[in-house]
Amino acid sequence: MAPATAEPKTEPIATRQAYGDALVALGEAHEEVVALDADLAVSTQSMKFGKAFPDRFFNVGAAEANMMSISCGLAATGKVPYASTFAIFASSRSYDQVRLGIAHNELKVRIGASHGGVSLGEDGASHQMIEDIALMRAMPKMQVIVPADYNQAYTATHESFEREGPIYMRFGRPSTPIVYDEIAETLGDGVDVLRQGKDISIFACGHMVWRALDAAQKLEREDGIEAEVVNVAIIKPLASKAVLESLAKTGVAVTAEEHRVTGGLGDAIRQVAAEQHPVPVFALGMGDEFGVSGTAEACMEHFGLTSTGIIDLVREAMVKKPLVQHPPIRGSSLD
Amino acid sequence: MSHLKPVPDPKPAPASDQQPSIEELERYATVLRMHCVSMLAVAKSGHLDSSLSAADIVTALYFRVLRHDPRNPNWPERDRFVLSKGHAAPIQYAALAEHGYFPVEDLQGLRSIGSHLQGHPDMNRTPGIEVSTGSLGQGLSMSVGICLALRLDGLSDTVQTFAVLSDGDCQEGETWEAAMSAAHYEIPNITAIVDYNHLQTDGTTEEVMDTGDVRAKFEAFGWDSVEIDGHDMSAVVEALERSRTLGRPSAIVCQTKKGRGVSFMEGRFGFHGKPPSPEQAEQAMEELEATKRAQDEALGKR
Ligand SMILES: Cc1ncc(C[n+]2csc(CCOP(=O)(O)OP(=O)(O)O)c2C)c(N)n1
Ligand SMILES: [Mg+2]
Repeated sequence: MAPATAEPKTEPIATRQAYGDALVALGEAHEEVVALDADLAVSTQSMKFGKAFPDRFFNVGAAEANMMSISCGLAATGKVPYASTFAIFASSRSYDQVRLGIAHNELKVRIGASHGGVSLGEDGASHQMIEDIALMRAMPKMQVIVPADYNQAYTATHESFEREGPIYMRFGRPSTPIVYDEIAETLGDGVDVLRQGKDISIFACGHMVWRALDAAQKLEREDGIEAEVVNVAIIKPLASKAVLESLAKTGVAVTAEEHRVTGGLGDAIRQVAAEQHPVPVFALGMGDEFGVSGTAEACMEHFGLTSTGIIDLVREAMVKKPLVQHPPIRGSSLD
Repeated sequence: MSHLKPVPDPKPAPASDQQPSIEELERYATVLRMHCVSMLAVAKSGHLDSSLSAADIVTALYFRVLRHDPRNPNWPERDRFVLSKGHAAPIQYAALAEHGYFPVEDLQGLRSIGSHLQGHPDMNRTPGIEVSTGSLGQGLSMSVGICLALRLDGLSDTVQTFAVLSDGDCQEGETWEAAMSAAHYEIPNITAIVDYNHLQTDGTTEEVMDTGDVRAKFEAFGWDSVEIDGHDMSAVVEALERSRTLGRPSAIVCQTKKGRGVSFMEGRFGFHGKPPSPEQAEQAMEELEATKRAQDEALGKR
């Protein structure tokens, strides 16, 4: 595998920037890499590829369905397309084109979905995609990746060339703090314990990961709660073994995502827990509601998607934890 | 929000003999443009050049062509307005506020938490919005649906539906599905107005995805289709008024300039989705104020 050669970032920066930077590196390394966009190439950062490789870049205009089916054709003819637009248009707008043309055919198309979640901000509900993880998890064969910071987003994009099958990658609009010191070569199984703890597991993805780390620090300081923070970057296929290990250690969990709880990370973790190690899992995320207009941070606060939101839920979970009988873990689950 | 409640008894439409002149409309267009600049300067977010591009079209509609009653936004016999290019919401918000659909002060809340003025039009929050938009390509289909319902209610002859579309709308396949269906269902009361400013997010339409002869495309789909200068107020008014007499789907392709009315933006790439800096807002305001003074003077002299 070609090593990811980029310099890791240390200051806050948007994950979508990593997508653009890694795309250029992929374009240099592999002739078969092509990129597409639907009139949002500056926003998604695919324009960086477009400038470097104009012959291999196709900006189809505001025509997302067309873009996805063109990507199908390109992949069926030996290219490795990276199709980019906002998460809302990459998932719901062109779901059927992605489903039949890309996922059903198990084609090597990478969807770079930027501006995921409510931190897209001011454009409001029409643009804030809060159910894409659910949609893409439900789609057979589709892999779903939500990187936590720039460095991990670079790894995800760069490594995606090596993986088989279709991939949906969700990136964010605002600058967010760095969580990973290095740009790793691989995401591995996509489930990383970033902080060890024995009292409760916090599973988070994307923009909620740094907030979970922040929350864990405060919980230790203020409540003496030792929270384990687990970044789930690959939500599908989910490395259930790693999830179970943490659940077995702590016996209770909170999940945090910038997304609907229904069908999202919360449900994914609950599914593993319910089937293999039934312990309570409390989910923080969007309820049965659409987004609203506001600055990125105001929107996150409006929906309680903050470290305070995580802290409150952890406290609630810790109160309820002793009430639950822990069943023994079935040996087979952790094999 | 109390003003969201429908007024119980329908009031008659405003009397037609109070129609503003072309010169007065031009002045109103300047006022709406000024609202857009100040809204965006406060919000520090939004699509200014897209709003200015459509200002003359929206003014002609709200101040002259549309039959509507701001005191009764749900009046069943009102004409319908659909902003398919929902990102130009500020220009519609300005027109609605000037008509008293909600207080003018509300404009300053644009795009902030707690305001009913969302980044894109929201029918459940803002009085006067018929359908929520913001995802390009959907507005014309929504308008076809409105017209089919009006037909079932026996209102096809009285009510016209006007949809404002952008270049991006015309790139979405759905717009052409809508065009086909309007012809198929022989919809007599639909007007599609294309704000053809030849600029989109990533460049000119010619560079990114050439929409070509949009007028001819609508004609090929069975529509009456004309092309005009979208900043020539009398041409805009005439084309809009003519469209409601045709009894068949009508397209008005307006050649426009993005950022119209503000010299440093007009027809230039690089301003899409970018709010004006304080300096840019100030310069834009100065220019528009000068325009308005000249328009006031001309009106006063007559
Ligand atoms: C389905 C869809 N895709 C993409 C976008 C993002 N977007 C907002 S405006 C725009 C294009 C702007 O150009 P144009 O349509 O010509 O409108 P103008 O502002 O020039 O009137 C795009 C791609 C969107 N709102 N909806
Ligand atoms: Mg345009």
